[in-house]
Amino acid sequence: MSAVAAVPAPMTDERDLAIPFDRLVRTELRKTYDTRASRWLLIAIAAITPIVIGVLVVALAPKELTFNKLVDFSSTPEKLLLPALGILSVTSEWSQRTGLVTFTLVPRRRRVLLAKCVAVLALGIAATAVMFAACAVGNVLGATLRAGNGSWSFGLSGFGGITLVMLIGLMEGTAFGMALLVTPAAVVVFYVLPNVWSAVFSTVPGLKSAEAWVDLSQATGNFYNDKMTGTGMLQLLVAFAIWVAVPGVIGVWRVGRTEVKSS
Amino acid sequence: MNDRSSSPAAIEVAGLSKSYGPHRALDDVSFSVQHGSVTGFLGPNGAGKSTTLRMLVGLTTPTAGAARVLGGLYGDLPNPGRRVGVLLDASAQHAGRTGREVLRLNAMVMGLPLDRVQEMLHRVGLTPAEADRRAGTYSLGMRQRLGIASALLGDPEVLILDEPANGLDPAGIHWMRGLLREFADRGGAVLLSSHLLAEIEAVADDLVFIGGGRVIAAGSKRSLLDAAGGDLEDLFLTLTADHGREDVA
Repeated sequence: MSAVAAVPAPMTDERDLAIPFDRLVRTELRKTYDTRASRWLLIAIAAITPIVIGVLVVALAPKELTFNKLVDFSSTPEKLLLPALGILSVTSEWSQRTGLVTFTLVPRRRRVLLAKCVAVLALGIAATAVMFAACAVGNVLGATLRAGNGSWSFGLSGFGGITLVMLIGLMEGTAFGMALLVTPAAVVVFYVLPNVWSAVFSTVPGLKSAEAWVDLSQATGNFYNDKMTGTGMLQLLVAFAIWVAVPGVIGVWRVGRTEVKSS
Repeated sequence: MNDRSSSPAAIEVAGLSKSYGPHRALDDVSFSVQHGSVTGFLGPNGAGKSTTLRMLVGLTTPTAGAARVLGGLYGDLPNPGRRVGVLLDASAQHAGRTGREVLRLNAMVMGLPLDRVQEMLHRVGLTPAEADRRAGTYSLGMRQRLGIASALLGDPEVLILDEPANGLDPAGIHWMRGLLREFADRGGAVLLSSHLLAEIEAVADDLVFIGGGRVIAAGSKRSLLDAAGGDLEDLFLTLTADHGREDVA
Protein backbone atom coordinates (compact mmCIF):
# COMPACT_ATOMS: atom_id res chain seq x y z
CA MET A 1 0.00 0.00 0.00
CA SER A 2 2.90 2.31 0.63
CA ALA A 3 4.04 1.73 -2.93
CA VAL A 4 0.75 3.13 -4.16
CA ALA A 5 0.90 6.07 -1.81
CA ALA A 6 4.47 6.83 -2.86
CA VAL A 7 3.49 7.43 -6.47
CA PRO A 8 2.42 11.05 -6.65
CA ALA A 9 -0.99 11.56 -8.13
CA PRO A 10 -0.70 13.01 -11.62
CA MET A 11 -0.96 16.71 -10.95
CA THR A 12 -2.47 18.96 -13.57
CA ASP A 13 -0.24 21.93 -14.13
CA GLU A 14 -1.89 24.96 -12.53
CA ARG A 15 -1.63 26.70 -15.89
CA ASP A 16 -3.80 24.05 -17.51
CA LEU A 17 -6.76 24.38 -15.17
CA ALA A 18 -9.90 25.58 -16.89
CA ILE A 19 -11.06 29.11 -16.14
CA PRO A 20 -13.88 28.74 -13.59
CA PHE A 21 -17.15 30.38 -14.55
CA ASP A 22 -17.40 32.53 -11.43
CA ARG A 23 -14.08 34.15 -12.35
CA LEU A 24 -15.55 35.19 -15.68
CA VAL A 25 -18.63 36.59 -13.96
CA ARG A 26 -16.48 38.59 -11.53
CA THR A 27 -14.43 39.94 -14.43
CA GLU A 28 -17.56 40.96 -16.31
CA LEU A 29 -18.95 42.59 -13.17
CA ARG A 30 -15.76 44.57 -12.79
CA LYS A 31 -16.04 45.79 -16.38
CA THR A 32 -19.37 47.41 -15.50
CA TYR A 33 -17.70 49.92 -13.19
CA ASP A 34 -14.04 50.18 -14.13
CA THR A 35 -14.36 52.96 -16.72
CA ARG A 36 -15.68 56.45 -16.16
CA ALA A 37 -18.64 55.92 -18.51
CA SER A 38 -19.66 52.56 -17.07
CA ARG A 39 -19.28 53.87 -13.51
CA TRP A 40 -21.60 56.81 -14.25
CA LEU A 41 -24.20 54.51 -15.75
CA LEU A 42 -24.15 52.37 -12.59
CA ILE A 43 -24.38 55.46 -10.38
CA ALA A 44 -27.35 56.68 -12.45
CA ILE A 45 -29.05 53.29 -12.18
CA ALA A 46 -28.59 53.25 -8.41
CA ALA A 47 -29.49 56.91 -7.86
CA ILE A 48 -32.44 57.42 -10.19
CA THR A 49 -35.06 55.85 -7.91
CA PRO A 50 -34.05 57.70 -4.71
CA ILE A 51 -34.10 60.96 -6.68
CA VAL A 52 -37.50 60.25 -8.22
CA ILE A 53 -38.85 59.20 -4.80
CA GLY A 54 -37.56 62.43 -3.29
CA VAL A 55 -39.50 64.41 -5.87
CA LEU A 56 -42.64 62.28 -5.48
CA VAL A 57 -42.68 62.61 -1.70
CA VAL A 58 -42.75 66.38 -2.12
CA ALA A 59 -44.97 66.59 -5.19
CA LEU A 60 -47.65 63.91 -4.89
CA ALA A 61 -50.96 64.58 -3.16
CA PRO A 62 -50.85 63.09 0.37
CA LYS A 63 -53.58 60.56 -0.37
CA GLU A 64 -51.52 59.23 -3.27
CA LEU A 65 -48.48 58.58 -1.12
CA THR A 66 -48.65 54.79 -0.91
CA PHE A 67 -45.96 52.18 -1.42
CA ASN A 68 -47.80 50.84 -4.46
CA LYS A 69 -47.99 54.26 -6.14
CA LEU A 70 -44.34 54.99 -5.44
CA VAL A 71 -43.26 51.70 -7.02
CA ASP A 72 -45.56 52.40 -9.96
CA PHE A 73 -44.02 55.80 -10.64
CA SER A 74 -40.39 55.15 -9.86
CA SER A 75 -40.05 51.86 -11.72
CA THR A 76 -40.63 53.61 -15.04
CA PRO A 77 -37.32 55.52 -15.21
CA GLU A 78 -35.48 52.50 -13.83
CA LYS A 79 -37.03 50.30 -16.49
CA LEU A 80 -35.73 52.74 -19.08
CA LEU A 81 -32.18 53.00 -17.74
CA LEU A 82 -31.40 49.43 -16.70
CA PRO A 83 -31.35 47.89 -20.22
CA ALA A 84 -28.51 50.25 -21.22
CA LEU A 85 -26.31 48.21 -18.89
CA GLY A 86 -27.06 45.06 -20.87
CA ILE A 87 -26.59 46.77 -24.24
CA LEU A 88 -23.22 48.30 -23.36
CA SER A 89 -21.91 45.19 -21.65
CA VAL A 90 -21.97 43.46 -25.05
CA THR A 91 -21.51 46.25 -27.59
CA SER A 92 -18.47 47.79 -25.89
CA GLU A 93 -16.50 44.64 -26.73
CA TRP A 94 -17.01 45.54 -30.39
CA SER A 95 -17.18 49.33 -30.29
CA GLN A 96 -14.05 49.54 -28.13
CA ARG A 97 -12.62 46.41 -29.79
CA THR A 98 -11.76 44.90 -26.40
CA GLY A 99 -13.34 41.69 -27.69
CA LEU A 100 -10.03 41.03 -29.42
CA VAL A 101 -8.43 40.45 -26.00
CA THR A 102 -11.53 39.08 -24.26
CA PHE A 103 -12.11 36.36 -26.84
CA THR A 104 -8.40 35.56 -27.09
CA LEU A 105 -8.11 34.99 -23.35
CA VAL A 106 -11.40 33.06 -23.34
CA PRO A 107 -11.89 31.47 -26.75
CA ARG A 108 -15.39 30.31 -25.81
CA ARG A 109 -17.61 33.19 -26.74
CA ARG A 110 -20.88 31.72 -25.51
CA ARG A 111 -19.35 31.26 -22.09
CA VAL A 112 -18.33 34.92 -22.05
CA LEU A 113 -21.86 35.90 -23.08
CA LEU A 114 -23.34 33.79 -20.32
CA ALA A 115 -20.99 35.41 -17.79
CA LYS A 116 -22.10 38.84 -19.05
CA CYS A 117 -25.77 37.87 -18.66
CA VAL A 118 -25.24 36.59 -15.12
CA ALA A 119 -23.30 39.74 -14.19
CA VAL A 120 -25.87 42.21 -15.53
CA LEU A 121 -28.82 40.24 -14.13
CA ALA A 122 -27.18 40.26 -10.69
CA LEU A 123 -26.80 44.03 -10.98
CA GLY A 124 -30.42 44.26 -12.16
CA ILE A 125 -31.60 42.42 -9.03
CA ALA A 126 -29.50 44.75 -6.88
CA ALA A 127 -30.90 47.82 -8.64
CA THR A 128 -34.46 46.55 -8.13
CA ALA A 129 -33.73 45.97 -4.44
CA VAL A 130 -32.47 49.56 -4.16
CA MET A 131 -35.67 50.68 -5.88
CA PHE A 132 -37.93 48.86 -3.42
CA ALA A 133 -35.89 50.14 -0.48
CA ALA A 134 -36.13 53.72 -1.76
CA CYS A 135 -39.89 53.31 -2.19
CA ALA A 136 -40.20 52.03 1.38
CA VAL A 137 -38.21 54.97 2.74
CA GLY A 138 -40.31 57.30 0.60
CA ASN A 139 -43.53 55.82 1.98
CA VAL A 140 -42.37 56.33 5.57
CA LEU A 141 -41.22 59.87 4.81
CA GLY A 142 -44.49 60.64 3.03
CA ALA A 143 -46.54 59.43 5.97
CA THR A 144 -44.46 61.33 8.53
CA LEU A 145 -43.62 64.56 6.74
CA ARG A 146 -46.73 65.10 4.66
CA ALA A 147 -49.30 63.02 6.49
CA GLY A 148 -49.49 60.81 3.42
CA ASN A 149 -51.68 57.76 3.06
CA GLY A 150 -48.71 55.46 3.82
CA SER A 151 -50.49 52.27 2.76
CA TRP A 152 -48.25 49.24 2.39
CA SER A 153 -50.70 47.09 0.50
CA PHE A 154 -48.73 45.66 -2.37
CA GLY A 155 -48.80 41.89 -2.32
CA LEU A 156 -45.86 39.59 -2.12
CA SER A 157 -46.21 38.58 -5.76
CA GLY A 158 -45.81 42.23 -6.67
CA PHE A 159 -42.15 42.13 -5.64
CA GLY A 160 -41.51 39.11 -7.83
CA GLY A 161 -43.55 40.57 -10.68
CA ILE A 162 -41.80 43.95 -10.74
CA THR A 163 -38.39 42.31 -10.39
CA LEU A 164 -39.26 40.13 -13.37
CA VAL A 165 -40.31 43.17 -15.38
CA MET A 166 -36.94 44.78 -14.66
CA LEU A 167 -34.97 41.67 -15.56
CA ILE A 168 -36.94 41.07 -18.75
CA GLY A 169 -36.11 44.62 -19.86
CA LEU A 170 -32.46 43.99 -19.04
CA MET A 171 -32.48 40.75 -21.01
CA GLU A 172 -34.13 42.53 -23.91
CA GLY A 173 -31.35 45.13 -23.87
CA THR A 174 -28.64 42.49 -23.71
CA ALA A 175 -30.24 40.58 -26.58
CA PHE A 176 -30.38 43.75 -28.71
CA GLY A 177 -26.74 44.44 -27.87
CA MET A 178 -25.75 40.95 -29.00
CA ALA A 179 -27.81 41.11 -32.18
CA LEU A 180 -26.58 44.54 -33.28
CA LEU A 181 -23.05 44.68 -31.73
CA VAL A 182 -22.70 48.41 -32.39
CA THR A 183 -23.49 50.74 -29.48
CA PRO A 184 -25.33 53.57 -31.28
CA ALA A 185 -27.37 51.19 -33.44
CA ALA A 186 -28.31 49.00 -30.48
CA VAL A 187 -29.28 51.98 -28.32
CA VAL A 188 -31.39 53.62 -31.02
CA VAL A 189 -33.10 50.42 -32.12
CA PHE A 190 -33.77 49.34 -28.54
CA TYR A 191 -35.42 52.60 -27.53
CA VAL A 192 -37.17 53.45 -30.79
CA LEU A 193 -38.33 50.19 -32.37
CA PRO A 194 -40.69 49.04 -29.58
CA ASN A 195 -42.39 52.46 -29.57
CA VAL A 196 -42.82 52.54 -33.34
CA TRP A 197 -44.04 48.96 -33.14
CA SER A 198 -46.68 49.68 -30.50
CA ALA A 199 -47.74 52.83 -32.34
CA VAL A 200 -48.33 50.74 -35.46
CA PHE A 201 -50.19 48.03 -33.59
CA SER A 202 -52.38 50.45 -31.66
CA THR A 203 -53.38 52.60 -34.63
CA VAL A 204 -53.71 50.19 -37.55
CA PRO A 205 -57.27 48.85 -37.12
CA GLY A 206 -56.67 45.24 -38.14
CA LEU A 207 -53.69 44.86 -35.83
CA LYS A 208 -55.27 46.22 -32.69
CA SER A 209 -56.38 42.83 -31.42
CA ALA A 210 -52.86 41.44 -31.73
CA GLU A 211 -51.29 44.26 -29.74
CA ALA A 212 -51.52 42.55 -26.38
CA TRP A 213 -49.57 39.61 -27.77
CA VAL A 214 -46.73 41.41 -29.50
CA ASP A 215 -46.07 44.43 -27.26
CA LEU A 216 -43.66 43.48 -24.51
CA SER A 217 -44.20 46.50 -22.29
CA GLN A 218 -47.94 45.97 -22.45
CA ALA A 219 -47.49 42.26 -21.73
CA THR A 220 -45.29 42.94 -18.72
CA GLY A 221 -47.62 45.73 -17.58
CA ASN A 222 -49.97 43.12 -16.13
CA PHE A 223 -47.46 42.49 -13.38
CA TYR A 224 -48.25 45.93 -12.00
CA ASN A 225 -51.10 45.88 -9.57
CA ASP A 226 -51.04 42.12 -9.65
CA LYS A 227 -53.25 41.73 -12.70
CA MET A 228 -51.43 38.79 -14.28
CA THR A 229 -53.83 36.15 -15.58
CA GLY A 230 -53.41 32.90 -17.50
CA THR A 231 -53.95 34.65 -20.83
CA GLY A 232 -51.66 37.44 -19.67
CA MET A 233 -48.93 34.89 -19.00
CA LEU A 234 -49.32 33.46 -22.51
CA GLN A 235 -49.20 36.95 -24.01
CA LEU A 236 -46.04 37.61 -22.04
CA LEU A 237 -44.44 34.44 -23.38
CA VAL A 238 -45.23 35.39 -26.98
CA ALA A 239 -43.99 38.96 -26.55
CA PHE A 240 -40.88 37.65 -24.75
CA ALA A 241 -40.16 35.34 -27.67
CA ILE A 242 -40.42 38.24 -30.13
CA TRP A 243 -38.39 40.80 -28.17
CA VAL A 244 -35.92 38.72 -26.18
CA ALA A 245 -35.63 35.18 -27.51
CA VAL A 246 -35.41 36.03 -31.23
CA PRO A 247 -32.81 38.82 -30.92
CA GLY A 248 -31.03 36.67 -28.32
CA VAL A 249 -30.69 33.72 -30.69
CA ILE A 250 -29.59 36.01 -33.55
CA GLY A 251 -27.18 37.61 -31.07
CA VAL A 252 -25.55 34.37 -29.92
CA TRP A 253 -25.06 33.44 -33.56
CA ARG A 254 -23.60 36.84 -34.48
CA VAL A 255 -21.28 37.02 -31.47
CA GLY A 256 -19.95 33.60 -32.40
CA ARG A 257 -19.25 34.57 -35.99
CA THR A 258 -18.52 38.28 -36.13
CA GLU A 259 -14.87 39.22 -36.29
CA VAL A 260 -13.64 41.97 -34.01
CA LYS A 261 -12.06 44.38 -36.43
CA SER A 262 -8.38 45.17 -36.31
CA SER A 263 -7.33 48.68 -37.14
CA MET B 1 22.16 26.26 -29.34
CA ASN B 2 18.88 24.39 -29.18
CA ASP B 3 18.17 20.97 -30.46
CA ARG B 4 15.36 21.87 -32.76
CA SER B 5 14.75 18.70 -34.68
CA SER B 6 13.80 16.43 -31.81
CA SER B 7 11.12 18.50 -30.10
CA PRO B 8 7.70 19.18 -31.66
CA ALA B 9 7.10 22.68 -32.96
CA ALA B 10 5.47 25.28 -30.71
CA ILE B 11 3.40 26.54 -33.61
CA GLU B 12 2.47 24.44 -36.61
CA VAL B 13 0.56 26.03 -39.46
CA ALA B 14 -0.51 23.54 -42.11
CA GLY B 15 -2.23 24.37 -45.38
CA LEU B 16 -4.08 27.35 -43.99
CA SER B 17 -6.45 28.96 -46.50
CA LYS B 18 -9.10 31.60 -46.17
CA SER B 19 -11.51 32.87 -48.77
CA TYR B 20 -13.81 35.84 -48.40
CA GLY B 21 -16.26 35.19 -51.21
CA PRO B 22 -14.23 35.02 -54.42
CA HIS B 23 -11.25 36.72 -52.75
CA ARG B 24 -8.61 34.32 -51.54
CA ALA B 25 -6.95 36.08 -48.60
CA LEU B 26 -4.76 33.13 -47.68
CA ASP B 27 -3.68 30.28 -49.88
CA ASP B 28 -2.20 27.08 -48.46
CA VAL B 29 0.08 28.72 -45.89
CA SER B 30 2.36 26.34 -43.99
CA PHE B 31 5.22 27.01 -41.61
CA SER B 32 6.29 26.19 -38.10
CA VAL B 33 7.85 27.98 -35.14
CA GLN B 34 10.26 26.11 -32.88
CA HIS B 35 10.75 26.43 -29.16
CA GLY B 36 13.72 28.60 -28.33
CA SER B 37 13.50 30.69 -31.45
CA VAL B 38 12.15 33.92 -32.86
CA THR B 39 10.39 33.61 -36.18
CA GLY B 40 9.82 36.77 -38.16
CA PHE B 41 6.62 36.81 -40.20
CA LEU B 42 7.19 39.25 -43.02
CA GLY B 43 5.21 40.62 -45.87
CA PRO B 44 3.76 43.80 -47.32
CA ASN B 45 0.56 45.23 -45.88
CA GLY B 46 -2.42 43.14 -46.82
CA ALA B 47 -0.33 40.04 -47.48
CA GLY B 48 -2.30 37.96 -44.98
CA LYS B 49 -0.13 38.22 -41.86
CA SER B 50 -2.85 39.37 -39.52
CA THR B 51 -5.36 36.89 -40.91
CA THR B 52 -2.89 34.06 -40.25
CA LEU B 53 -2.26 35.22 -36.68
CA ARG B 54 -5.98 35.60 -36.00
CA MET B 55 -6.53 32.04 -37.19
CA LEU B 56 -3.77 30.83 -34.90
CA VAL B 57 -5.71 32.06 -31.88
CA GLY B 58 -9.12 31.02 -33.16
CA LEU B 59 -10.52 34.51 -33.81
CA THR B 60 -11.00 33.73 -37.49
CA THR B 61 -12.05 30.36 -38.86
CA PRO B 62 -9.96 29.02 -41.75
CA THR B 63 -11.63 27.84 -44.93
CA ALA B 64 -9.13 24.98 -45.07
CA GLY B 65 -6.10 23.79 -43.18
CA ALA B 66 -5.30 23.99 -39.48
CA ALA B 67 -3.15 25.93 -37.07
CA ARG B 68 -1.84 24.17 -34.00
CA VAL B 69 -0.29 25.76 -30.95
CA LEU B 70 1.59 23.57 -28.46
CA GLY B 71 0.32 20.48 -30.21
CA GLY B 72 -3.38 21.32 -30.20
CA LEU B 73 -5.95 23.87 -31.22
CA TYR B 74 -5.62 27.21 -29.45
CA GLY B 75 -9.32 27.11 -28.62
CA ASP B 76 -8.82 23.87 -26.69
CA LEU B 77 -6.32 25.41 -24.28
CA PRO B 78 -8.06 25.52 -20.89
CA ASN B 79 -6.53 28.87 -19.92
CA PRO B 80 -4.79 30.14 -23.07
CA GLY B 81 -3.22 33.23 -21.49
CA ARG B 82 -1.03 31.05 -19.26
CA ARG B 83 0.51 29.28 -22.25
CA VAL B 84 0.34 31.70 -25.15
CA GLY B 85 0.83 35.46 -24.94
CA VAL B 86 -0.98 37.30 -27.70
CA LEU B 87 -0.86 40.86 -28.96
CA LEU B 88 -2.87 41.37 -32.12
CA ASP B 89 -3.72 45.06 -31.98
CA ALA B 90 -2.34 47.35 -29.33
CA SER B 91 -5.01 49.95 -30.08
CA ALA B 92 -7.86 47.58 -29.28
CA GLN B 93 -8.24 48.85 -25.73
CA HIS B 94 -11.17 50.51 -24.03
CA ALA B 95 -10.30 54.20 -24.24
CA GLY B 96 -11.71 54.84 -20.78
CA ARG B 97 -9.86 52.08 -18.96
CA THR B 98 -6.51 52.76 -17.31
CA GLY B 99 -3.50 50.71 -18.35
CA ARG B 100 -3.30 49.19 -14.88
CA GLU B 101 -6.97 48.22 -15.01
CA VAL B 102 -6.53 46.54 -18.40
CA LEU B 103 -3.83 44.32 -16.92
CA ARG B 104 -5.83 43.74 -13.79
CA LEU B 105 -8.83 42.45 -15.75
CA ASN B 106 -6.59 40.15 -17.78
CA ALA B 107 -4.87 38.90 -14.62
CA MET B 108 -8.29 38.19 -13.12
CA VAL B 109 -9.37 36.08 -16.10
CA MET B 110 -6.10 34.14 -16.04
CA GLY B 111 -6.29 33.64 -12.28
CA LEU B 112 -3.04 35.45 -11.54
CA PRO B 113 -2.04 37.19 -8.32
CA LEU B 114 -2.43 40.95 -8.62
CA ASP B 115 1.20 41.77 -7.87
CA ARG B 116 1.89 40.32 -11.30
CA VAL B 117 0.30 43.49 -12.74
CA GLN B 118 2.80 45.80 -11.06
CA GLU B 119 5.62 43.48 -12.04
CA MET B 120 4.66 43.61 -15.73
CA LEU B 121 4.12 47.37 -15.72
CA HIS B 122 7.65 47.70 -14.43
CA ARG B 123 8.94 45.18 -16.96
CA VAL B 124 7.63 47.14 -19.94
CA GLY B 125 8.61 50.50 -18.51
CA LEU B 126 5.21 52.05 -17.82
CA THR B 127 5.49 54.32 -14.78
CA PRO B 128 2.83 54.21 -12.04
CA ALA B 129 1.56 57.61 -13.20
CA GLU B 130 1.28 56.36 -16.79
CA ALA B 131 -0.39 53.15 -15.65
CA ASP B 132 -3.11 55.16 -13.94
CA ARG B 133 -3.90 57.16 -17.05
CA ARG B 134 -6.73 56.10 -19.34
CA ALA B 135 -5.56 54.11 -22.35
CA GLY B 136 -7.31 56.58 -24.64
CA THR B 137 -4.60 59.11 -23.78
CA TYR B 138 -1.73 56.73 -24.59
CA SER B 139 0.62 57.15 -27.51
CA LEU B 140 0.88 54.18 -29.85
CA GLY B 141 4.24 53.31 -28.28
CA MET B 142 2.69 53.19 -24.80
CA ARG B 143 -0.15 51.04 -26.10
CA GLN B 144 2.37 48.62 -27.55
CA ARG B 145 4.12 48.43 -24.18
CA LEU B 146 0.78 47.81 -22.46
CA GLY B 147 -0.03 45.13 -25.04
CA ILE B 148 3.31 43.44 -24.51
CA ALA B 149 2.77 43.57 -20.74
CA SER B 150 -0.60 41.92 -21.29
CA ALA B 151 0.95 39.22 -23.49
CA LEU B 152 3.68 38.49 -20.92
CA LEU B 153 1.30 38.59 -17.94
CA GLY B 154 0.56 34.88 -17.80
CA ASP B 155 4.25 33.90 -18.08
CA PRO B 156 3.58 32.08 -21.38
CA GLU B 157 5.90 29.86 -23.39
CA VAL B 158 4.70 31.11 -26.77
CA LEU B 159 4.36 34.71 -27.92
CA ILE B 160 2.28 35.76 -30.92
CA LEU B 161 2.75 39.44 -31.71
CA ASP B 162 1.30 41.37 -34.64
CA GLU B 163 3.37 44.44 -35.57
CA PRO B 164 4.49 45.03 -31.98
CA ALA B 165 7.16 47.54 -32.95
CA ASN B 166 4.69 49.90 -34.63
CA GLY B 167 4.89 53.25 -32.90
CA LEU B 168 7.87 52.37 -30.73
CA ASP B 169 10.78 54.78 -30.83
CA PRO B 170 14.28 53.45 -31.66
CA ALA B 171 15.04 52.92 -27.97
CA GLY B 172 11.75 51.07 -27.63
CA ILE B 173 12.51 48.85 -30.60
CA HIS B 174 15.92 48.08 -29.16
CA TRP B 175 14.31 47.24 -25.81
CA MET B 176 11.80 44.93 -27.44
CA ARG B 177 14.47 43.06 -29.37
CA GLY B 178 16.29 42.37 -26.12
CA LEU B 179 13.09 41.21 -24.47
CA LEU B 180 12.17 38.83 -27.29
CA ARG B 181 15.72 37.49 -27.57
CA GLU B 182 15.77 36.73 -23.87
CA PHE B 183 12.35 35.11 -24.04
CA ALA B 184 13.50 32.80 -26.84
CA ASP B 185 16.83 32.05 -25.20
CA ARG B 186 14.95 30.76 -22.17
CA GLY B 187 13.17 28.29 -24.46
CA GLY B 188 10.15 30.33 -25.50
CA ALA B 189 8.82 30.49 -29.03
CA VAL B 190 8.12 33.85 -30.63
CA LEU B 191 6.17 34.55 -33.80
CA LEU B 192 6.20 38.21 -34.66
CA SER B 193 4.90 39.91 -37.75
CA SER B 194 6.07 43.06 -39.39
CA HIS B 195 6.05 44.77 -42.73
CA LEU B 196 9.47 46.23 -41.93
CA LEU B 197 12.37 43.89 -42.53
CA ALA B 198 14.93 45.86 -40.52
CA GLU B 199 12.87 45.51 -37.34
CA ILE B 200 12.88 41.76 -37.62
CA GLU B 201 16.26 41.03 -39.12
CA ALA B 202 18.19 41.84 -35.96
CA VAL B 203 16.24 39.50 -33.71
CA ALA B 204 14.82 36.67 -35.82
CA ASP B 205 16.32 33.19 -36.16
CA ASP B 206 13.90 32.11 -38.83
CA LEU B 207 11.94 34.03 -41.41
CA VAL B 208 8.69 33.41 -43.22
CA PHE B 209 7.93 35.71 -46.14
CA ILE B 210 4.32 35.98 -47.20
CA GLY B 211 2.90 37.79 -50.20
CA GLY B 212 -0.55 37.77 -51.76
CA GLY B 213 -1.70 35.21 -49.23
CA ARG B 214 1.06 32.70 -50.02
CA VAL B 215 4.36 31.79 -48.40
CA ILE B 216 6.98 32.95 -50.88
CA ALA B 217 10.09 32.05 -48.89
CA ALA B 218 10.84 30.49 -45.54
CA GLY B 219 13.84 29.21 -43.71
CA SER B 220 16.55 30.13 -41.26
CA LYS B 221 17.79 33.68 -41.52
CA ARG B 222 21.28 32.36 -42.28
CA SER B 223 20.22 30.20 -45.21
CA LEU B 224 18.08 32.97 -46.65
CA LEU B 225 20.94 35.44 -46.24
CA ASP B 226 23.29 33.08 -48.05
CA ALA B 227 20.81 32.63 -50.86
CA ALA B 228 20.34 36.36 -51.14
CA GLY B 229 24.03 37.10 -51.27
CA GLY B 230 23.95 38.81 -47.88
CA ASP B 231 21.23 41.35 -48.47
CA LEU B 232 17.84 40.31 -47.14
CA GLU B 233 16.24 43.55 -48.15
CA ASP B 234 17.04 42.86 -51.77
CA LEU B 235 15.59 39.40 -51.42
CA PHE B 236 12.47 40.75 -49.75
CA LEU B 237 11.90 43.34 -52.46
CA THR B 238 12.61 40.86 -55.24
CA LEU B 239 10.25 38.29 -53.76
CA THR B 240 7.41 40.70 -53.24
CA ALA B 241 7.96 42.32 -56.64
CA ASP B 242 7.97 38.90 -58.35
CA HIS B 243 4.82 38.06 -56.60
CA GLY B 244 3.18 41.26 -57.69
CA ARG B 245 3.87 40.40 -61.34
CA GLU B 246 2.49 36.93 -60.84
CA ASP B 247 -0.73 38.44 -59.60
CA VAL B 248 -1.07 40.65 -62.61
CA ALA B 249 -0.32 37.85 -65.05
